[in-house]
Order: sequence, then structure tokens, then C-alpha cells
Amino acid sequence: MKLTGAQIVMECLAREGVEFIFGYPGGANLPLYDTLPQYPKIRHISVRHEQAAAHAADAYSRVTGKAGVCWATSGPGATNLVTGIANAWMDSVPLVCVTGSVVSWLIGRDGFQEADITGITLPITKQNYLVLDVDDLAQTMREAFHVATTGRPGPVLIDIPRDIQQQETEFTYPETVDIPSYKPVAKGHSGQIQKAAQLIKEAERPLILAGHGVIISQAYDELKELAERAHIPVICTLLGLGGFPGSHELFMGMPGMHGMYWNNMAIGDADLVIGIGMRFDDRVTGRLKDFASNAKIVHIDIDPAEIGKNVKTAVPIVGDVKAVLQELNPLVEPARHEEWMAHIQKIREEHPSIAIPNVKKILPQYVIQQVYEQSGKDAYFVTGVGQHQMWAAQYFWQDNPASFITSGGLGTMGFEVPAAIGAQFARPKNLVWSIAGDGGFQMTLQELATIAEYELPIKFAIINNNFLGMVRQWQHMYYEDNLQSVKMLQPDFVRLAEAFGIAGMRVSEKEDVIPAIEKAIRHPGAVVIDFEVEQHEDLFPAMPPGAALAETVDQPKFEEAREPKKVGTR
Amino acid sequence: MTTHTIVALVENRPGVLNRIASKWRQRGFNIESLAVGHSEVPGLSRMTFTVDGTTTDVDQVSKQMYKVIEVVKVADLTEHDMVHRELALVKVTAAPKDRGGILEIVDIFRAKIVDVATETVIVEVTGTEDKVDAFLEMVRPFGIKELVRTGRIAMARGGITPMAVEGVKGEEHRYRPAGEGKAKVGTLI
Repeated sequence: MKLTGAQIVMECLAREGVEFIFGYPGGANLPLYDTLPQYPKIRHISVRHEQAAAHAADAYSRVTGKAGVCWATSGPGATNLVTGIANAWMDSVPLVCVTGSVVSWLIGRDGFQEADITGITLPITKQNYLVLDVDDLAQTMREAFHVATTGRPGPVLIDIPRDIQQQETEFTYPETVDIPSYKPVAKGHSGQIQKAAQLIKEAERPLILAGHGVIISQAYDELKELAERAHIPVICTLLGLGGFPGSHELFMGMPGMHGMYWNNMAIGDADLVIGIGMRFDDRVTGRLKDFASNAKIVHIDIDPAEIGKNVKTAVPIVGDVKAVLQELNPLVEPARHEEWMAHIQKIREEHPSIAIPNVKKILPQYVIQQVYEQSGKDAYFVTGVGQHQMWAAQYFWQDNPASFITSGGLGTMGFEVPAAIGAQFARPKNLVWSIAGDGGFQMTLQELATIAEYELPIKFAIINNNFLGMVRQWQHMYYEDNLQSVKMLQPDFVRLAEAFGIAGMRVSEKEDVIPAIEKAIRHPGAVVIDFEVEQHEDLFPAMPPGAALAETVDQPKFEEAREPKKVGTR
Repeated sequence: MTTHTIVALVENRPGVLNRIASKWRQRGFNIESLAVGHSEVPGLSRMTFTVDGTTTDVDQVSKQMYKVIEVVKVADLTEHDMVHRELALVKVTAAPKDRGGILEIVDIFRAKIVDVATETVIVEVTGTEDKVDAFLEMVRPFGIKELVRTGRIAMARGGITPMAVEGVKGEEHRYRPAGEGKAKVGTLI
């Protein structure tokens, strides 16, 4: 079968089971767009900026577990993808990005809209390709999906010159992929797994730190089995939230810079820390030399480069989390750690961390908590980056796996709008909330047009404190309250939403919070709610930058007004 | 801080050198020397890096190098008994009255004169970096007009090779956990 390069791309996407392409057309990818009508099963979603295409594909991938696909033209189209690619790279999300490139004879000659995108994305892609021969295209596409989705997943970019998209060749789909230098191994080392089981047996104060790897390898049942069998409390990292049921008695919430106070203390008291599918990020560990100083560390991760990168490991196990846990669990002896649980429970009672003071003002965390309360258990939650993101993580005690979508490693403000698009396309029947910051929302709000065009019923809760809240808090706490460039003139978000044909609401009284959320959920279309929250609320617990976990400060404010709330039992 | 000799076997494809060099750059290493050429396996190139750093830091980058899809094998030869060599071409100012003196030094170092012109000679010298340095010191008084050095190439003594470890054909080696057993040629750590 003779096909053009562009048709080969589409054939390969179809065979990979791609449902959606998030993209933006331009001169160098016109042949690709020309073939779209021939492939009606693959839906192209027109975003308003290429960054949104990458973020939407990213969120789609996080929700479905499949590779996300995005397209852009050469030059500025491709460079606009860069933030989204870096975001996926940091959070190990499989993306396949197809960029059009200037015609092959102009490459390297500063042609119109030329950018060396394979060079630019080199450090933020798992692999990238510049296809200079149409006969290589099918193999390259196949390899790209294989590399993106296996081992530690990550973004892959394929740059295709326009003339290659137009050239014809005989198409045969490569049924298998064989890259001699790339053979990720899922199975863990049996000897190491036995050693881990032995350490778990000997431990009196064990802790599990569960990360994104649990969700990526869909090891929910295996993690639950391990935790229950050996009675080990489970702390989930920011990206690990949703990997373990929030209503479970062993679920402890998040650790780290803005994690639960009790977790940060427990990590110091533990005699065994089992890191599962996580990378001991600096926001989790605090000052490294004081991290888990009484504990032996077992580290399970698919990426050998993560082993020993930040912490010294007693037992490293390289492998897929699900496969390793399946082998580990039968070796683990059932145990109970009542004393240890009681110890953590005592810290929890003394430092409730996320108890919300009962005050007249609208506290941002109150709004976020109510969004969860009113949304039921099948909802998906997308966040931006900053204070609201941390509150969203702190109050996330949901059971639904992979239902918390956030930008972890890169911390990309503006993620909340396009990522909600990807999540809603992935789960068209489910409620999708975008918990947004007033700053981040303004970075990508042009995508409201995309939302209106495709009639996506996304609900936005803008946590509007009229500040870049996290930066304000840092300037307040660590820069002697020298507030610079954090108070910004805001648009009228309600009228802005209406300009896009989307319902807008403003909430400035506490008693209106719950009715507004309920109304938004009932509304069949998209809604933007502007929650005018307390402007100077600081986020706690907080660990100062460079400090150790033990130096975490729990809530100092509003102590008298607080109604202690038992967390985890809603 | 020690000087490490790292050998990488990689598939010979566009951009690989760039990707690998990038892994060192991301961790703030300065590559002291780098030599690239074909290996005994068709399609595989062999790169030899020398870098200064602590063993832990160098191990970390070596592991990062495996993230480059085309990398087949990485080995740190530093703690092994190895043969390492460098080749230099030196264009030395050689007025007729100085030629005798230069020839004498060339002889002592078992170097070779590979080009003669009226005012210059080109000398080819092979050996360890120390030997090349010593040779350069000796001819410097005559005047060095131009100098090129290849950077270190290295090979472990005896039967071991990076590819011939535990019958591995590019299979199990990639995800070998760190900290298991002693470092040896061909293992990741």
C-alpha cells in the first residue's frame, strides 16, 4: 500500500489506538491536517496555544494511562510545546509530540519558522527523532510509542519535515519493535526482594512512601495488600495521591514541605522507609542528611538512575512497581504495629495540620475542602501550582485512583486550564474540577475558547486571593514581608467567562460557597466560579526551604478559632 | 576527586554524542577529553571520556547515561588495570641548526617525524598523557607552532571487555540495581 508520510503518521496513530490529537496547525504540518478527514475515528482537538496541546495530552495520559498525542507546526509552534514537554518529562508522562518541520533542504539554513526543536528538547525528552527519510517514518512512530510508554514513561518528539510528510512510499506496519540498546526490565531482583521482605519483618516502625509509580503501573491492589498485610502506614507523595484509598485507615496524606506535620515527624521516627515508585524529591525529603535518619531505606523504582540519587538505600529494587510488589507481597509476614500507629495518631491529635478554623471570612482551604465534599467519589480534580495546589493536595482524601491531576516536578502554573481539557476528554461522563489559582488561570485562560467550542462541562474554582499566593507567602515569611510583583490587577473573571460563552459566578460570602458549588455541579456546561477568598491566608504546615522535616511548622494561626477535625474520616 | 576513565558503547546514530555529552553537562561536569570511533561491533561506536569527579558523582552520571536510548554499555575503567594511550601531533619550529636536538628528543620518546619542511617538522607521539606532556616540555624551547591531542583511549587488560559480561547481549545489564556486588568492568556500577 502506497501512502504519503502524513498518512503513515495517521495509520500508526490509528494502530496505537489513539483517540485524540491535541494540536494546532501551521505551514509545516499542513499535510498532516490534510489527511484528517480520511481518519474520522481519530479526533483532532484544536487548542488555542500549543502549550495547551501538550498539557491536555499530558492530563489525558495521566487519567487513561495511555500515551497522549499532540501536534504543532515548526518554529514557534514547536517551541510553544516546550513547557508542556518539560512538564511531562519531570512527571514521567508518556507523550508523543509530532512537529512539522521546514522542508528538508532548508534545515539548518534559518528557514522561515525554523527552530532546531530536536536540539531544544534534547534534555527534556526520553527520545527524539528528526525523520529525514519517509521509509523510516513507520518504524520511528512505532518506536516512539514503545519508548514513551515502557520503562519509566516520558515524552518523545518526532520532527517531520513537510516534504517528508508529502512523499509517498510503500507502507508496512512494523508489528514488533526491537531496540537492542533499550530493554526495560519489569521484574525485580529476587534476592533483593527477599532482603526487603526480611527488613519489613524486622521493622517495628515501618512507613511506605508511595509515589507516581504506583499509579503509572496501576499497582493499587498490590500496594493495599502490602500495607494491610504488614500493617504499614502509607504516605503518598504529591503525584502519588490517589494511589492508595484516601478513606483507608492506613492512609496518612502527603509528606514534605507542605505535607502533614505527623508524616514529617513519623519519617524521623521510622525504622524502615519503603519508597515505592517515587524519587525522594527535595520537597519530600527536606534537608537530605537529616532525612529518615533512624530508618533503613528500601527503594523500589523502575529507573536505575533514581537509586541512590538522593538518599542512601539499604535495599534497592529496580523494576516495575506492580511486578515487584506481586513478588514481594507473598514473602511479607503478616504483622500488626499498634504501638507505632498509636504514636502517629498521638502526633495527629496534637497537630491536626489541616483543621480549618471556623471564621467568618472565606478561607481558601475551606472552598477547596467543600469542592471535594460536594463532588462525590467519581470526580476528577486538576490543579494549578501554588498555595491552592498544596491545599488541594492536603484535603485530597479521595479513593478514586488517578483522579488527582497536578503538575509536580516542574510546577507549571497555568497547567490547570488545559489539563482539565485533557482530563474531561479522557472522562467525558465524569465531573472534572479545575482548582485554579488567579495567577495561573490567567496564564492559559485563552483555552476557555477551546472549552466553549467543544462544550466541555469543566467546573473552574478560581481560588482568588488577588495575589500570587505562594510567592506572597515566601516574601512574607522569608523576605521580611517585602511584597514585590505579587499583587496584580485582576480581570473580572465572571464577565470574562461570559465573553467566552461560559457561565460565571462570583462568591464573596462564606454562606454562598456551598450553594455555588452545588449550582456549578448541576449546570450542564462549563462554569467559572470566582471565589474571593481571604487574601493573606498562609499555607501550613510549612517547612522552610533548606530545612529538615523535623523543622516543619504546623498551623500557628487561628488556633483559638479552630474546630479540631478528625482527618480522613469524612 | 579523581580522574575517571569512562567507556561507552553506543549505537552510531545522529545526535548520540550530543545526548551523552548533555548528561555530563546537566550534572556540571567538564569533560577533560573525549575520543570517539568505531568499536569491534559493526554499528556500535566506542566513546572514551575522562572526567574529574568523586566516584559517587561519576556513578550517578554513568547511570544517567543509560537513559540515552542508544547507549548499550557504560563502564568505568578507573579502578581497573588498563592500558590507556593518547596520540599527539606537534608542529615544532625546526631551524636547520635545531634539527639534531629535536631528532634526539624524538628518539628518546620513541616518537616519529611524519613531515619535514624548511622551517618545521611534525612529530607524532603516542603514550600516556604524562609521556605526551613530558615530550611537549622537551620540545617547547624550540617553539610549538601547533598542537593536537586525541584525548585518552583506554582498554582493560586481560580477557574482560565491556560487552562480554555474564553472556549479556544487551539484555540484563540495563537495569542492574546499584550497590549489588563489587564494581567491575561492564557492570553499570
